[in-house]
Amino acid sequence: MKDNICAEPIHRQLKLMSDGSVSSYEMVGHFIDAIERINPKINGYIAVKADYALARAKEIDSRRDSNEALGPLAGIPIAIKDNICTKGFETTCSSNILRSFVPPYNAYVVERFQDADAIILGKSNMDEFAMGSSTETSCFGPTVNPWLQDRVSGGSSGGAAAIVAADMASGALGSDTGGSIRQPAAFCGVVGMKPTYGRVSRFGLVAYASSLDQIGPVTKDVTDCALLLSVISGRDEKDSTSRDIEVPDYNKSLTCDIKGIRVGRPKEYFIGGLDSQVACHIDTVFGILGQAGADVEEVSLPHTDYAISAYYLIATAEASSNLARYDGVKYGIRDSQYRDLRSMYRSTRKKGFGSEVKRRIMLGTYALSSGYYDAYYLKAQKARTLIKRDFDIAFKDHDVLITPTTPTPAFKLGENISDPLQMYLNDIYTISANLAGVPAISIPCGFTKDGLPVGVQILGRPFEEGVVLKLAYALEQAMDLKRPLRFWEKGSPG
Amino acid sequence: MKITKKEVEYVADLACMEISEEEKEIFTRQLDSILSYMEKLNQLDTKDIEPTSHVLQTDNVFREDKVKPSLPQDEALANAPDKKNGFFRVPRVIEEN
Repeated sequence: MKDNICAEPIHRQLKLMSDGSVSSYEMVGHFIDAIERINPKINGYIAVKADYALARAKEIDSRRDSNEALGPLAGIPIAIKDNICTKGFETTCSSNILRSFVPPYNAYVVERFQDADAIILGKSNMDEFAMGSSTETSCFGPTVNPWLQDRVSGGSSGGAAAIVAADMASGALGSDTGGSIRQPAAFCGVVGMKPTYGRVSRFGLVAYASSLDQIGPVTKDVTDCALLLSVISGRDEKDSTSRDIEVPDYNKSLTCDIKGIRVGRPKEYFIGGLDSQVACHIDTVFGILGQAGADVEEVSLPHTDYAISAYYLIATAEASSNLARYDGVKYGIRDSQYRDLRSMYRSTRKKGFGSEVKRRIMLGTYALSSGYYDAYYLKAQKARTLIKRDFDIAFKDHDVLITPTTPTPAFKLGENISDPLQMYLNDIYTISANLAGVPAISIPCGFTKDGLPVGVQILGRPFEEGVVLKLAYALEQAMDLKRPLRFWEKGSPG
Repeated sequence: MKITKKEVEYVADLACMEISEEEKEIFTRQLDSILSYMEKLNQLDTKDIEPTSHVLQTDNVFREDKVKPSLPQDEALANAPDKKNGFFRVPRVIEEN
Protein backbone atom coordinates (compact mmCIF):
# COMPACT_ATOMS: atom_id res chain seq x y z
CA MET A 1 0.00 0.00 0.00
CA LYS A 2 2.69 2.47 0.99
CA ASP A 3 4.42 2.11 -2.38
CA ASN A 4 1.28 3.27 -4.08
CA ILE A 5 0.21 5.89 -1.59
CA CYS A 6 1.11 8.69 -4.04
CA ALA A 7 -1.26 7.24 -6.63
CA GLU A 8 -4.25 7.26 -4.27
CA PRO A 9 -6.83 10.06 -4.44
CA ILE A 10 -6.98 12.50 -1.52
CA HIS A 11 -10.13 10.98 0.01
CA ARG A 12 -8.31 7.60 0.25
CA GLN A 13 -5.11 9.17 1.60
CA LEU A 14 -7.15 10.88 4.33
CA LYS A 15 -8.66 7.53 5.38
CA LEU A 16 -5.25 5.82 5.39
CA MET A 17 -3.86 8.56 7.62
CA SER A 18 -6.80 8.59 10.01
CA ASP A 19 -6.75 4.78 10.47
CA GLY A 20 -3.01 4.91 11.14
CA SER A 21 -1.90 2.98 8.01
CA VAL A 22 0.44 5.81 7.04
CA SER A 23 1.64 9.07 8.54
CA SER A 24 1.70 12.35 6.71
CA TYR A 25 5.48 12.45 7.18
CA GLU A 26 5.90 9.07 5.45
CA MET A 27 3.53 10.05 2.67
CA VAL A 28 5.23 13.40 2.02
CA GLY A 29 8.55 11.51 1.98
CA HIS A 30 7.22 9.22 -0.77
CA PHE A 31 6.08 12.24 -2.76
CA ILE A 32 9.52 13.85 -2.44
CA ASP A 33 11.13 10.62 -3.69
CA ALA A 34 8.70 10.58 -6.62
CA ILE A 35 9.53 14.20 -7.43
CA GLU A 36 13.27 13.48 -7.45
CA ARG A 37 12.70 10.56 -9.81
CA ILE A 38 10.09 11.99 -12.14
CA ASN A 39 10.26 15.78 -12.12
CA PRO A 40 13.49 15.93 -14.17
CA LYS A 41 11.61 14.03 -16.91
CA ILE A 42 8.58 16.35 -17.11
CA ASN A 43 9.49 19.68 -15.44
CA GLY A 44 6.18 20.07 -13.61
CA TYR A 45 7.60 21.79 -10.53
CA ILE A 46 9.69 24.92 -10.69
CA ALA A 47 10.28 24.90 -6.91
CA VAL A 48 9.90 22.14 -4.31
CA LYS A 49 9.73 22.96 -0.60
CA ALA A 50 10.81 19.56 0.72
CA ASP A 51 12.11 20.62 4.15
CA TYR A 52 9.16 22.88 4.82
CA ALA A 53 6.68 20.16 3.76
CA LEU A 54 8.32 17.49 5.92
CA ALA A 55 8.38 19.77 8.96
CA ARG A 56 4.73 20.66 8.45
CA ALA A 57 3.83 16.96 8.04
CA LYS A 58 5.60 16.12 11.30
CA GLU A 59 3.71 18.85 13.11
CA ILE A 60 0.36 17.62 11.75
CA ASP A 61 1.21 14.01 12.68
CA SER A 62 1.98 14.98 16.25
CA ARG A 63 -1.27 16.93 16.49
CA ARG A 64 -3.06 13.83 15.19
CA ASP A 65 -1.25 11.66 17.74
CA SER A 66 -2.45 13.88 20.57
CA ASN A 67 -6.02 13.72 19.23
CA GLU A 68 -6.23 17.41 18.35
CA ALA A 69 -8.92 18.52 15.91
CA LEU A 70 -7.54 18.63 12.37
CA GLY A 71 -8.66 20.40 9.20
CA PRO A 72 -10.38 18.63 6.29
CA LEU A 73 -7.13 18.28 4.30
CA ALA A 74 -4.84 17.40 7.20
CA GLY A 75 -1.45 16.20 6.02
CA ILE A 76 -2.23 16.34 2.28
CA PRO A 77 0.57 17.74 0.06
CA ILE A 78 -0.58 20.17 -2.62
CA ALA A 79 1.17 21.93 -5.52
CA ILE A 80 0.35 25.60 -6.09
CA LYS A 81 0.54 27.27 -9.50
CA ASP A 82 3.29 29.84 -9.50
CA ASN A 83 0.99 32.82 -10.08
CA ILE A 84 -0.64 32.28 -6.66
CA CYS A 85 1.18 34.17 -3.90
CA THR A 86 2.85 32.10 -1.19
CA LYS A 87 4.32 34.10 1.66
CA GLY A 88 8.07 33.59 1.89
CA PHE A 89 8.20 31.35 -1.23
CA GLU A 90 9.17 32.69 -4.65
CA THR A 91 6.19 33.38 -6.90
CA THR A 92 7.55 33.97 -10.38
CA CYS A 93 4.63 33.49 -12.81
CA SER A 94 7.33 31.67 -14.84
CA SER A 95 8.57 35.09 -15.93
CA ASN A 96 12.08 36.49 -15.84
CA ILE A 97 10.65 39.82 -14.71
CA LEU A 98 9.44 38.26 -11.41
CA ARG A 99 12.20 35.70 -11.00
CA SER A 100 13.25 37.01 -7.60
CA PHE A 101 9.81 37.95 -6.25
CA VAL A 102 8.98 36.67 -2.76
CA PRO A 103 5.44 37.68 -1.73
CA PRO A 104 5.02 39.26 1.71
CA TYR A 105 1.53 37.72 2.02
CA ASN A 106 -0.46 34.59 1.12
CA ALA A 107 -3.25 34.40 -1.44
CA TYR A 108 -6.67 33.81 0.14
CA VAL A 109 -6.75 30.25 -1.21
CA VAL A 110 -3.35 29.52 0.34
CA GLU A 111 -4.64 30.75 3.71
CA ARG A 112 -7.65 28.48 3.32
CA PHE A 113 -5.36 25.52 2.63
CA GLN A 114 -3.23 26.36 5.67
CA ASP A 115 -6.37 26.51 7.81
CA ALA A 116 -7.44 23.12 6.40
CA ASP A 117 -4.01 21.70 7.42
CA ALA A 118 -2.99 20.96 3.83
CA ILE A 119 0.75 21.11 3.08
CA ILE A 120 2.25 23.23 0.31
CA LEU A 121 4.76 20.98 -1.41
CA GLY A 122 5.92 23.27 -4.19
CA LYS A 123 5.14 25.68 -7.01
CA SER A 124 4.05 24.43 -10.40
CA ASN A 125 5.23 25.47 -13.85
CA MET A 126 2.98 27.54 -16.12
CA ASP A 127 2.95 29.64 -19.25
CA GLU A 128 4.49 33.03 -18.50
CA PHE A 129 1.83 35.11 -16.68
CA ALA A 130 -0.66 32.35 -17.67
CA MET A 131 -0.44 33.45 -21.30
CA GLY A 132 -0.33 30.30 -23.36
CA SER A 133 -1.95 26.94 -23.98
CA SER A 134 1.07 24.64 -23.74
CA THR A 135 3.36 25.77 -20.85
CA GLU A 136 5.94 26.41 -23.58
CA THR A 137 6.09 30.15 -22.85
CA SER A 138 7.51 29.50 -19.34
CA CYS A 139 10.95 30.98 -18.71
CA PHE A 140 11.76 27.64 -17.05
CA GLY A 141 11.04 25.62 -20.20
CA PRO A 142 7.96 23.52 -21.02
CA THR A 143 6.26 20.86 -18.90
CA VAL A 144 6.18 17.56 -20.78
CA ASN A 145 3.03 15.45 -21.04
CA PRO A 146 3.32 12.42 -18.70
CA TRP A 147 1.61 10.12 -21.21
CA LEU A 148 3.68 10.84 -24.32
CA GLN A 149 7.08 12.44 -24.19
CA ASP A 150 6.80 14.49 -27.38
CA ARG A 151 3.52 16.15 -26.34
CA VAL A 152 2.68 19.32 -24.44
CA SER A 153 1.04 19.18 -21.03
CA GLY A 154 -1.34 21.96 -22.05
CA GLY A 155 -1.53 25.34 -20.44
CA SER A 156 -1.35 27.55 -18.82
CA SER A 157 -1.61 25.30 -15.69
CA GLY A 158 0.39 22.53 -17.45
CA GLY A 159 2.66 22.02 -14.44
CA ALA A 160 -0.29 21.51 -12.06
CA ALA A 161 -2.00 18.98 -14.35
CA ALA A 162 1.20 17.05 -15.13
CA ILE A 163 2.17 16.93 -11.43
CA VAL A 164 -1.19 15.38 -10.49
CA ALA A 165 -1.08 12.97 -13.46
CA ALA A 166 2.45 11.93 -12.46
CA ASP A 167 1.53 11.35 -8.77
CA MET A 168 3.92 14.09 -7.60
CA ALA A 169 1.29 15.80 -5.38
CA SER A 170 -2.10 14.76 -4.02
CA GLY A 171 -3.75 17.66 -5.80
CA ALA A 172 -3.02 21.12 -7.14
CA LEU A 173 -4.42 24.60 -7.56
CA GLY A 174 -4.42 26.23 -10.98
CA SER A 175 -5.95 29.34 -12.49
CA ASP A 176 -8.23 29.52 -15.50
CA THR A 177 -8.67 32.63 -17.65
CA GLY A 178 -9.67 30.94 -20.92
CA GLY A 179 -9.30 27.23 -20.18
CA SER A 180 -5.98 27.20 -18.33
CA ILE A 181 -7.18 24.58 -15.81
CA ARG A 182 -9.52 22.53 -18.01
CA GLN A 183 -7.36 22.18 -21.14
CA PRO A 184 -4.23 20.88 -19.34
CA ALA A 185 -6.47 18.64 -17.20
CA ALA A 186 -7.87 17.17 -20.44
CA PHE A 187 -4.39 16.80 -21.99
CA CYS A 188 -2.99 15.11 -18.85
CA GLY A 189 -5.98 12.90 -17.97
CA VAL A 190 -6.94 14.52 -14.65
CA VAL A 191 -9.93 16.45 -13.27
CA GLY A 192 -9.83 20.26 -13.44
CA MET A 193 -12.51 22.79 -12.57
CA LYS A 194 -13.01 26.46 -13.21
CA PRO A 195 -15.60 27.64 -10.66
CA THR A 196 -18.14 30.38 -11.34
CA TYR A 197 -16.58 33.83 -11.57
CA GLY A 198 -16.89 35.14 -7.99
CA ARG A 199 -17.00 31.73 -6.29
CA VAL A 200 -13.33 31.79 -5.24
CA SER A 201 -11.41 34.86 -4.09
CA ARG A 202 -8.71 36.09 -6.47
CA PHE A 203 -6.84 37.89 -3.68
CA GLY A 204 -3.17 37.02 -4.15
CA LEU A 205 -3.62 35.65 -7.67
CA VAL A 206 -1.28 37.62 -9.92
CA ALA A 207 -3.73 39.27 -12.31
CA TYR A 208 -3.78 38.45 -16.02
CA ALA A 209 -7.34 39.36 -17.11
CA SER A 210 -9.27 40.33 -14.01
CA SER A 211 -12.80 39.90 -15.38
CA LEU A 212 -12.02 36.34 -16.52
CA ASP A 213 -9.47 34.90 -14.02
CA GLN A 214 -10.62 32.27 -11.55
CA ILE A 215 -8.70 29.83 -9.29
CA GLY A 216 -9.72 26.18 -9.20
CA PRO A 217 -8.70 22.62 -8.25
CA VAL A 218 -6.76 20.04 -10.27
CA THR A 219 -7.25 16.53 -8.86
CA LYS A 220 -7.19 12.81 -9.58
CA ASP A 221 -10.95 12.39 -9.33
CA VAL A 222 -14.24 14.25 -8.92
CA THR A 223 -14.54 13.49 -5.19
CA ASP A 224 -11.21 15.24 -4.58
CA CYS A 225 -12.33 18.16 -6.74
CA ALA A 226 -15.43 18.61 -4.55
CA LEU A 227 -13.26 18.38 -1.44
CA LEU A 228 -10.83 21.10 -2.55
CA LEU A 229 -13.59 23.34 -3.91
CA SER A 230 -15.40 23.23 -0.56
CA VAL A 231 -12.21 24.47 1.12
CA ILE A 232 -11.36 27.37 -1.24
CA SER A 233 -14.83 28.78 -2.02
CA GLY A 234 -16.56 31.67 -0.32
CA ARG A 235 -16.62 35.38 0.29
CA ASP A 236 -13.36 37.19 0.98
CA GLU A 237 -13.53 40.85 1.87
CA LYS A 238 -10.20 41.40 0.12
CA ASP A 239 -11.76 40.51 -3.26
CA SER A 240 -14.91 42.54 -3.77
CA THR A 241 -15.88 40.36 -6.76
CA SER A 242 -16.05 37.26 -4.54
CA ARG A 243 -19.71 36.60 -3.79
CA ASP A 244 -21.41 36.19 -0.47
CA ILE A 245 -23.33 33.11 -1.55
CA GLU A 246 -23.49 30.11 0.76
CA VAL A 247 -20.90 27.43 0.02
CA PRO A 248 -22.64 24.05 0.02
CA ASP A 249 -20.83 20.89 1.10
CA TYR A 250 -19.97 19.79 -2.43
CA ASN A 251 -19.28 16.24 -1.25
CA LYS A 252 -23.04 15.86 -0.73
CA SER A 253 -23.59 16.51 -4.46
CA LEU A 254 -21.77 13.32 -5.37
CA THR A 255 -24.50 10.85 -6.21
CA CYS A 256 -25.12 8.76 -9.31
CA ASP A 257 -28.79 9.65 -9.54
CA ILE A 258 -28.94 11.75 -12.69
CA LYS A 259 -32.30 10.54 -13.94
CA GLY A 260 -34.23 13.35 -15.58
CA ILE A 261 -31.31 15.77 -15.57
CA ARG A 262 -31.51 17.90 -18.73
CA VAL A 263 -28.28 17.83 -20.74
CA GLY A 264 -27.66 20.15 -23.68
CA ARG A 265 -25.32 19.21 -26.54
CA PRO A 266 -24.25 22.50 -28.19
CA LYS A 267 -24.24 21.81 -31.92
CA GLU A 268 -21.63 24.50 -32.66
CA TYR A 269 -19.07 22.43 -30.73
CA PHE A 270 -19.37 19.39 -32.99
CA ILE A 271 -18.07 20.77 -36.27
CA GLY A 272 -15.00 20.63 -38.51
CA GLY A 273 -11.71 20.61 -36.63
CA LEU A 274 -12.94 18.17 -34.00
CA ASP A 275 -10.60 15.16 -33.93
CA SER A 276 -12.42 11.92 -34.79
CA GLN A 277 -11.12 9.99 -31.76
CA VAL A 278 -12.17 12.84 -29.44
CA ALA A 279 -15.61 12.93 -31.10
CA CYS A 280 -15.95 9.17 -30.63
CA HIS A 281 -15.22 9.33 -26.88
CA ILE A 282 -17.69 12.21 -26.42
CA ASP A 283 -20.36 10.18 -28.25
CA THR A 284 -19.77 7.38 -25.75
CA VAL A 285 -20.34 9.88 -22.93
CA PHE A 286 -23.72 10.88 -24.36
CA GLY A 287 -24.60 7.19 -24.66
CA ILE A 288 -23.78 6.58 -20.99
CA LEU A 289 -25.82 9.59 -19.91
CA GLY A 290 -28.80 8.44 -21.97
CA GLN A 291 -28.65 5.00 -20.36
CA ALA A 292 -28.52 6.57 -16.90
CA GLY A 293 -31.78 8.35 -17.64
CA ALA A 294 -30.53 11.86 -18.47
CA ASP A 295 -32.42 13.74 -21.17
CA VAL A 296 -29.90 14.69 -23.85
CA GLU A 297 -30.97 17.32 -26.34
CA GLU A 298 -29.22 19.41 -28.97
CA VAL A 299 -28.92 23.13 -28.14
CA SER A 300 -27.48 26.10 -29.97
CA LEU A 301 -24.92 28.63 -28.77
CA PRO A 302 -25.05 30.68 -31.96
CA HIS A 303 -22.27 33.15 -31.13
CA THR A 304 -19.61 30.51 -30.44
CA ASP A 305 -17.74 31.43 -33.61
CA TYR A 306 -17.03 34.93 -32.23
CA ALA A 307 -15.70 33.78 -28.86
CA ILE A 308 -12.00 33.58 -29.76
CA SER A 309 -11.95 37.09 -31.19
CA ALA A 310 -13.86 38.54 -28.24
CA TYR A 311 -11.74 36.66 -25.73
CA TYR A 312 -8.34 37.58 -27.15
CA LEU A 313 -9.30 41.27 -27.36
CA ILE A 314 -10.76 41.49 -23.85
CA ALA A 315 -8.09 39.34 -22.17
CA THR A 316 -5.19 41.17 -23.81
CA ALA A 317 -6.71 44.59 -23.14
CA GLU A 318 -7.02 43.75 -19.44
CA ALA A 319 -3.52 42.23 -19.48
CA SER A 320 -1.96 45.32 -21.02
CA SER A 321 -3.33 47.31 -18.08
CA ASN A 322 -2.56 44.72 -15.38
CA LEU A 323 1.03 44.20 -16.54
CA ALA A 324 1.82 47.92 -16.54
CA ARG A 325 2.92 47.44 -12.93
CA TYR A 326 6.08 45.56 -13.98
CA ASP A 327 8.38 48.50 -14.43
CA GLY A 328 11.46 47.67 -12.37
CA VAL A 329 10.48 49.82 -9.38
CA LYS A 330 8.48 47.90 -6.77
CA TYR A 331 9.53 44.29 -7.38
CA GLY A 332 11.23 42.02 -9.88
CA ILE A 333 14.27 42.80 -11.97
CA ARG A 334 15.54 46.19 -13.11
CA ASP A 335 17.68 46.39 -16.22
CA SER A 336 21.00 48.13 -15.56
CA GLN A 337 21.19 49.80 -19.00
CA TYR A 338 19.21 53.05 -18.94
CA ARG A 339 19.57 56.80 -19.35
CA ASP A 340 16.49 58.02 -17.49
CA LEU A 341 13.31 56.81 -15.82
CA ARG A 342 11.40 56.10 -19.01
CA SER A 343 14.25 54.22 -20.67
CA MET A 344 14.60 52.22 -17.44
CA TYR A 345 10.94 51.13 -17.75
CA ARG A 346 11.36 50.33 -21.42
CA SER A 347 14.53 48.28 -21.14
CA THR A 348 13.35 46.46 -18.00
CA ARG A 349 10.16 45.38 -19.78
CA LYS A 350 12.12 44.39 -22.87
CA LYS A 351 14.46 42.22 -20.83
CA GLY A 352 11.89 40.81 -18.42
CA PHE A 353 8.98 39.74 -20.64
CA GLY A 354 9.00 36.81 -23.05
CA SER A 355 7.66 37.13 -26.57
CA GLU A 356 4.08 35.86 -25.98
CA VAL A 357 3.61 38.31 -23.10
CA LYS A 358 4.97 41.14 -25.26
CA ARG A 359 2.67 40.12 -28.12
CA ARG A 360 -0.40 40.16 -25.86
CA ILE A 361 0.54 43.48 -24.27
CA MET A 362 0.90 44.88 -27.80
CA LEU A 363 -2.44 43.49 -28.95
CA GLY A 364 -4.24 44.74 -25.84
CA THR A 365 -2.63 48.17 -25.98
CA TYR A 366 -3.63 48.44 -29.65
CA ALA A 367 -7.24 47.41 -28.91
CA LEU A 368 -7.49 50.10 -26.22
CA SER A 369 -5.70 52.83 -28.15
CA SER A 370 -7.37 55.96 -29.40
CA GLY A 371 -9.10 55.36 -32.72
CA TYR A 372 -9.31 51.58 -32.28
CA TYR A 373 -11.14 51.30 -28.94
CA ASP A 374 -14.65 51.23 -30.46
CA ALA A 375 -13.75 48.92 -33.34
CA TYR A 376 -11.98 46.34 -31.21
CA TYR A 377 -12.40 46.54 -27.43
CA LEU A 378 -15.97 47.86 -27.30
CA LYS A 379 -17.04 45.55 -30.11
CA ALA A 380 -15.55 42.59 -28.22
CA GLN A 381 -17.44 43.57 -25.05
CA LYS A 382 -20.69 43.65 -27.03
CA ALA A 383 -19.91 40.24 -28.50
CA ARG A 384 -19.37 39.09 -24.91
CA THR A 385 -22.91 40.18 -24.08
CA LEU A 386 -24.25 38.05 -26.94
CA ILE A 387 -22.12 35.03 -25.93
CA LYS A 388 -23.31 35.30 -22.32
CA ARG A 389 -26.90 35.61 -23.55
CA ASP A 390 -26.50 32.33 -25.49
CA PHE A 391 -25.72 30.59 -22.20
CA ASP A 392 -28.58 32.29 -20.33
CA ILE A 393 -30.99 30.99 -22.97
CA ALA A 394 -29.49 27.47 -23.11
CA PHE A 395 -29.63 27.15 -19.32
CA LYS A 396 -33.34 27.99 -19.24
CA ASP A 397 -34.17 24.49 -20.45
CA HIS A 398 -30.99 22.60 -19.58
CA ASP A 399 -29.25 21.90 -16.28
CA VAL A 400 -25.82 21.35 -17.83
CA LEU A 401 -24.13 21.52 -21.22
CA ILE A 402 -21.65 18.88 -22.35
CA THR A 403 -18.86 19.39 -24.90
CA PRO A 404 -15.37 18.16 -25.68
CA THR A 405 -12.82 20.11 -23.59
CA THR A 406 -10.44 20.43 -26.52
CA PRO A 407 -10.73 19.82 -30.28
CA THR A 408 -7.72 17.46 -30.27
CA PRO A 409 -5.65 15.47 -27.79
CA ALA A 410 -2.35 17.01 -26.60
CA PHE A 411 -0.44 18.40 -29.58
CA LYS A 412 3.30 18.07 -30.12
CA LEU A 413 5.85 20.24 -28.36
CA GLY A 414 6.83 22.99 -30.79
CA GLU A 415 3.87 22.34 -33.09
CA ASN A 416 1.99 25.61 -32.51
CA ILE A 417 4.49 27.81 -30.71
CA SER A 418 5.58 29.78 -33.78
CA ASP A 419 2.00 30.48 -34.93
CA PRO A 420 0.15 32.38 -32.18
CA LEU A 421 -3.20 32.46 -34.00
CA GLN A 422 -3.13 28.67 -34.41
CA MET A 423 -2.39 28.35 -30.69
CA TYR A 424 -5.33 30.65 -29.83
CA LEU A 425 -7.75 28.68 -32.02
CA ASN A 426 -7.18 25.59 -29.86
CA ASP A 427 -9.01 27.33 -27.01
CA ILE A 428 -12.35 27.36 -28.84
CA TYR A 429 -14.23 25.05 -26.43
CA THR A 430 -13.04 26.52 -23.13
CA ILE A 431 -13.01 30.30 -23.47
CA SER A 432 -16.78 30.87 -23.60
CA ALA A 433 -17.18 29.71 -19.99
CA ASN A 434 -14.87 32.53 -18.89
CA LEU A 435 -16.62 35.13 -21.02
CA ALA A 436 -19.99 34.04 -19.58
CA GLY A 437 -18.61 33.47 -16.06
CA VAL A 438 -20.17 30.00 -15.72
CA PRO A 439 -18.61 27.01 -13.91
CA ALA A 440 -17.05 24.23 -15.99
CA ILE A 441 -15.17 21.03 -15.27
CA SER A 442 -13.07 18.73 -17.44
CA ILE A 443 -12.86 15.05 -16.57
CA PRO A 444 -11.07 12.27 -18.46
CA CYS A 445 -13.38 10.18 -20.68
CA GLY A 446 -11.00 7.93 -22.58
CA PHE A 447 -7.63 7.52 -24.23
CA THR A 448 -6.61 7.67 -27.89
CA LYS A 449 -4.83 4.83 -29.72
CA ASP A 450 -1.55 6.61 -28.88
CA GLY A 451 -2.40 6.53 -25.18
CA LEU A 452 -3.27 10.23 -24.89
CA PRO A 453 -6.15 11.27 -22.61
CA VAL A 454 -9.38 12.83 -23.89
CA GLY A 455 -11.39 15.23 -21.72
CA VAL A 456 -15.11 15.93 -21.59
CA GLN A 457 -16.32 19.32 -20.38
CA ILE A 458 -19.45 19.88 -18.28
CA LEU A 459 -20.74 23.45 -17.92
CA GLY A 460 -23.40 24.60 -15.47
CA ARG A 461 -25.38 27.62 -14.35
CA PRO A 462 -23.60 30.27 -12.27
CA PHE A 463 -23.02 29.04 -8.70
CA GLU A 464 -24.39 25.57 -9.51
CA GLU A 465 -21.04 23.80 -9.15
CA GLY A 466 -22.91 21.10 -7.20
CA VAL A 467 -24.92 20.09 -10.28
CA VAL A 468 -21.79 20.04 -12.45
CA LEU A 469 -19.96 17.89 -9.89
CA LYS A 470 -22.89 15.51 -9.56
CA LEU A 471 -22.97 14.83 -13.28
CA ALA A 472 -19.18 14.55 -13.42
CA TYR A 473 -19.24 12.06 -10.55
CA ALA A 474 -21.98 9.94 -12.11
CA LEU A 475 -20.04 9.83 -15.39
CA GLU A 476 -16.76 8.99 -13.69
CA GLN A 477 -18.38 6.10 -11.81
CA ALA A 478 -20.09 4.77 -14.93
CA MET A 479 -16.93 4.94 -17.07
CA ASP A 480 -14.42 3.43 -14.62
CA LEU A 481 -11.48 4.24 -16.96
CA LYS A 482 -8.42 2.03 -17.25
CA ARG A 483 -5.34 4.21 -17.57
CA PRO A 484 -2.39 3.23 -19.79
CA LEU A 485 1.21 3.52 -18.57
CA ARG A 486 2.99 6.84 -18.32
CA PHE A 487 6.02 7.15 -20.58
CA TRP A 488 8.63 6.41 -17.90
CA GLU A 489 6.75 3.27 -16.82
CA LYS A 490 6.94 1.73 -20.29
CA GLY A 491 9.79 -0.73 -20.85
CA SER A 492 12.29 0.02 -23.60
CA PRO A 493 11.04 -1.33 -26.93
CA GLY A 494 12.14 -4.85 -27.94
CA MET B 1 -2.68 45.30 -43.93
CA LYS B 2 -4.51 45.72 -40.62
CA ILE B 3 -1.42 47.06 -38.88
CA THR B 4 1.83 48.59 -40.12
CA LYS B 5 5.34 48.49 -38.70
CA LYS B 6 4.98 52.16 -37.82
CA GLU B 7 1.86 51.40 -35.77
CA VAL B 8 3.67 48.55 -34.03
CA GLU B 9 6.40 51.01 -33.04
CA TYR B 10 3.76 53.45 -31.79
CA VAL B 11 1.95 50.77 -29.74
CA ALA B 12 5.22 49.55 -28.22
CA ASP B 13 5.89 53.11 -27.14
CA LEU B 14 2.41 53.38 -25.57
CA ALA B 15 3.09 50.11 -23.75
CA CYS B 16 6.44 51.48 -22.55
CA MET B 17 8.25 48.50 -23.99
CA GLU B 18 11.37 48.49 -26.10
CA ILE B 19 11.24 45.96 -28.93
CA SER B 20 14.02 44.89 -31.29
CA GLU B 21 14.03 45.39 -35.07
CA GLU B 22 13.44 41.68 -35.48
CA GLU B 23 10.48 41.74 -33.06
CA LYS B 24 8.99 44.67 -34.97
CA GLU B 25 8.94 42.60 -38.17
CA ILE B 26 7.55 39.51 -36.45
CA PHE B 27 4.90 41.36 -34.41
CA THR B 28 3.72 43.29 -37.47
CA ARG B 29 3.17 40.05 -39.36
CA GLN B 30 1.60 38.17 -36.40
CA LEU B 31 -0.63 41.00 -35.18
CA ASP B 32 -1.78 41.54 -38.75
CA SER B 33 -2.87 37.91 -39.02
CA ILE B 34 -4.57 37.98 -35.59
CA LEU B 35 -6.41 41.26 -36.29
CA SER B 36 -7.48 39.98 -39.73
CA TYR B 37 -9.02 36.93 -38.05
CA MET B 38 -10.79 39.23 -35.57
CA GLU B 39 -12.45 41.07 -38.46
CA LYS B 40 -15.05 38.33 -38.00
CA LEU B 41 -16.58 40.46 -35.23
CA ASN B 42 -17.75 42.96 -37.84
CA GLN B 43 -20.26 40.40 -39.09
CA LEU B 44 -22.12 40.86 -35.79
CA ASP B 45 -24.92 43.35 -35.56
CA THR B 46 -24.31 44.96 -32.17
CA LYS B 47 -26.56 47.97 -32.53
CA ASP B 48 -28.59 48.24 -29.26
CA ILE B 49 -26.31 45.70 -27.51
CA GLU B 50 -24.85 46.86 -24.20
CA PRO B 51 -21.17 45.99 -23.63
CA THR B 52 -20.28 43.51 -20.85
CA SER B 53 -17.22 44.48 -18.85
CA HIS B 54 -18.03 42.12 -16.02
CA VAL B 55 -20.41 39.16 -15.68
CA LEU B 56 -21.53 39.80 -12.11
CA GLN B 57 -24.27 42.25 -11.31
CA THR B 58 -21.99 44.84 -9.82
CA ASP B 59 -23.23 46.98 -7.01
CA ASN B 60 -20.91 49.04 -4.89
CA VAL B 61 -19.27 46.96 -2.21
CA PHE B 62 -18.91 48.86 1.03
CA ARG B 63 -17.03 48.13 4.21
CA GLU B 64 -16.55 49.98 7.43
CA ASP B 65 -13.90 52.68 7.24
CA LYS B 66 -11.75 51.20 9.97
CA VAL B 67 -7.99 51.37 10.27
CA LYS B 68 -6.39 47.93 10.15
CA PRO B 69 -2.76 46.85 10.27
CA SER B 70 -1.04 47.01 6.90
CA LEU B 71 2.28 45.67 5.60
CA PRO B 72 5.26 47.01 7.54
CA GLN B 73 7.48 49.30 5.45
CA ASP B 74 10.46 46.94 5.34
CA GLU B 75 8.30 44.08 4.04
CA ALA B 76 6.64 46.29 1.45
CA LEU B 77 10.07 47.37 0.22
CA ALA B 78 11.71 43.94 0.48
CA ASN B 79 11.31 43.14 -3.22
CA ALA B 80 12.40 46.52 -4.56
CA PRO B 81 15.40 46.43 -6.91
CA ASP B 82 16.61 49.73 -5.41
CA LYS B 83 15.54 51.52 -2.22
CA LYS B 84 16.83 54.18 0.15
CA ASN B 85 15.63 55.56 3.48
CA GLY B 86 12.30 53.74 3.28
CA PHE B 87 11.58 54.79 -0.31
CA PHE B 88 11.65 53.09 -3.70
CA ARG B 89 14.59 54.66 -5.54
CA VAL B 90 14.32 55.45 -9.27
CA PRO B 91 16.53 57.36 -11.73
CA ARG B 92 16.41 61.13 -11.35
CA VAL B 93 13.31 62.68 -12.94
CA ILE B 94 13.96 66.36 -12.17
CA GLU B 95 16.64 68.14 -14.19
CA GLU B 96 19.55 69.68 -12.28
CA ASN B 97 20.17 73.38 -12.88
